[in-house]
Amino acid sequence: MHIVVCIKQVPDSAQIRVHPVTNTIMRQGVPTIINPYDLFALEEALKVRDYHGGDVTVLTMGPPMAEDALRKALTYGADRAVLLTDRHFAGSDTLATSFALSQAIAQIGNSFGTPDIVFTGKQTIDGDTAQVGPGIAKRLNLVQLTYVAKIASIDLSARTITVERRSEGGTQVLKSELPCLITMLEGTAAIRRGSLEDALRAARSEIVKWNAAEAGIEDITKCGLRGSPTVVKRVFAPTPRAEKATQIDTAEKTVRDVADELVTSIFTHQPALEHELSSTGSA
Amino acid sequence: MGTQKSKASPPAGGRADTKKKLPERFRDYRHVWVFLELERGQVHPVSFELLGEGRRLADQLGVQLAGVILGPPGDSTQHAVSEAFAYDADLVYLVEKPLLTDYRNEPFTKALTDLVNKYKPEILLLGATTLGRDLAGSVATTLLTGLTADCTGLDVDADGSLAATRPTFGGSLLCTIYTLNCRPQMATVRPRVMRMPQRSNKPIGRVIRHDLRMLEDEIVTKVIDFLSDGQSENANLAYADVVVAGGLGLGALENLQLLKNLAQTIGGDYGCSRPLVQKGWLAADRQIGQTGKTIRPRLYIAAGISGAVQHRVGVEGADLIVAINTDPNAPIFDFANVGVVADAISFLPALTEVFIKRLAPRNPMRLVN
Ligand SMILES: Cc1cc2nc3c(=O)[nH]c(=O)nc-3n(C[C@H](O)[C@H](O)[C@H](O)COP(=O)(O)OP(=O)(O)OC[C@H]3O[C@@H](n4cnc5c(N)ncnc54)[C@H](O)[C@@H]3O)c2cc1C
Repeated sequence: MHIVVCIKQVPDSAQIRVHPVTNTIMRQGVPTIINPYDLFALEEALKVRDYHGGDVTVLTMGPPMAEDALRKALTYGADRAVLLTDRHFAGSDTLATSFALSQAIAQIGNSFGTPDIVFTGKQTIDGDTAQVGPGIAKRLNLVQLTYVAKIASIDLSARTITVERRSEGGTQVLKSELPCLITMLEGTAAIRRGSLEDALRAARSEIVKWNAAEAGIEDITKCGLRGSPTVVKRVFAPTPRAEKATQIDTAEKTVRDVADELVTSIFTHQPALEHELSSTGSA
Repeated sequence: MGTQKSKASPPAGGRADTKKKLPERFRDYRHVWVFLELERGQVHPVSFELLGEGRRLADQLGVQLAGVILGPPGDSTQHAVSEAFAYDADLVYLVEKPLLTDYRNEPFTKALTDLVNKYKPEILLLGATTLGRDLAGSVATTLLTGLTADCTGLDVDADGSLAATRPTFGGSLLCTIYTLNCRPQMATVRPRVMRMPQRSNKPIGRVIRHDLRMLEDEIVTKVIDFLSDGQSENANLAYADVVVAGGLGLGALENLQLLKNLAQTIGGDYGCSRPLVQKGWLAADRQIGQTGKTIRPRLYIAAGISGAVQHRVGVEGADLIVAINTDPNAPIFDFANVGVVADAISFLPALTEVFIKRLAPRNPMRLVN
């Protein structure tokens, strides 16, 4: 069994600050991490491999420094890492990204065996679109199973897979076929730490590095800015609320009095609500 | 999204500098379409919110607004058709097939792609739900067109192109995105980001039926079960009128009970900030914010929540935001309407008491426990 996991190196957005005057993102010194949802995808892939045998290839598209993310993935136990890096990819939107990644996955198939499952996280924390997974699936003509919470079973001889997928208001249990593409939800499964052996191997491992041509991409116009139908035209800061909150003075008052004042204030703002809550509220 | 450049001014005017004249082949692409999401027989309310937005865009462009409905033959689909008109669609494109009973990517992608190829909308909007995002990504890739995810603002420029605004970098900035040189221009919008429009009693209008040439045997994926969240645990937080939420300031798992008590007293639902989900204190569908739910209640009470930008983007649509926080400098006071600097753990029970008392006299059945 061969599994490919697509991961992305992202800025740890919890630590991003916007410059108060220029409204630009201050990236200096912001550490990078593996997109958290991709870690759940990697964990699931490793579990499947551990149970059914085979190997896991991690793939990322990014600048040369994205190699760090791949090395990290190797320490978790991935078997092989491929870095797709080329200046032609700069400025890719989701359509162009899914094109480049799908070509690289096809090339991974040629070089290391056709994947049975391609995993991605449900979305990234910087782009937040959840579109790249479905895009890759469509390009490779794979069945797509998105928002998967759990792989219930895989029957390798019948080439079938059963998954639990989140949908609005419930969980869909789907049975499908391999090969397929799965986007993983944040799981409850703890992410493994990786063994010392894996850490040593990761440090020694050669990372496969491909540019566009090496990944088999002939039509470079489908990549980067040129291959992207969407264009970011303006970036601006959200308009701040004009006035600050009306503070309820708490000095020298009992908690009860403050609460009283707050409720009065709420119902002054929302008189209709008081009436509705009195007639329908439950207690 | 590689752009780091920024402008202090909000978007305005055309984009003559971005784009040449519309290519001839786009002339055929007209009208605004809204995909009406029908899952398990119910139209998702986000579809109505989008019809409201679609109406505005269609009027600006001077074109028609169409609803797209894919579902099994029967009452639920017919109901969706009449609802589309009640929310002001001019016409409806309808594909009715038994194999569209439960959502599956393959038949839905084919049906929607075929419709677009045949009838050529210039704008196509979908809800950013699990279904909508699953479908939109496949359809946009099949059509090789642009798709802007999770928009918070949609507008039409002077030259008639769609300006789609969405948060970036976790909500710290907004960016406006255009789809150049491709049609349709696709966008998804999360539930509760747009206002719910007025429902009218418009009679059913023109319905254009379309066939889906696909057989069940051709579809690889089968739905073998659906485990409903059930009524009690089915938190429909996004649509609750009153929401009480807690953050790390609540300090301990036991204190969530204070939150639940208050929510129950005022007939609301409860939610939380992200760290509580990460700690495993509450399920992921209780999380409010950028990577959780967007809510639009009439009253939102945040207890022990700092008000990080990723939380803020999920609650800005609330009519009245009340914050309870021990830190007078907490960012939440920058966007709350009413603030109380207090310890949530002692304040929540007091607040619950006051509500019980205040609401009780008109409801003799209410018991004080
Ligand atoms: C990619 C990404 C996505 C994210 N998505 C979301 C999201 O969807 N939703 C979300 O909420 N967050 C999200 N976050 C996290 C967000 O950045 C903040 O970390 C989070 O909202 C903080 O939660 P908090 O306010 O509960 O905790 P804290 O920031 O720790 O704040 C706790 C607050 O409680 C106050 N407090 C302490 N004790 C008391 C007391 N006894 N009584 C009253 N107040 C008290 C403190 O003064 C403080 O203001 C995201 C982060 C990232 C990086």
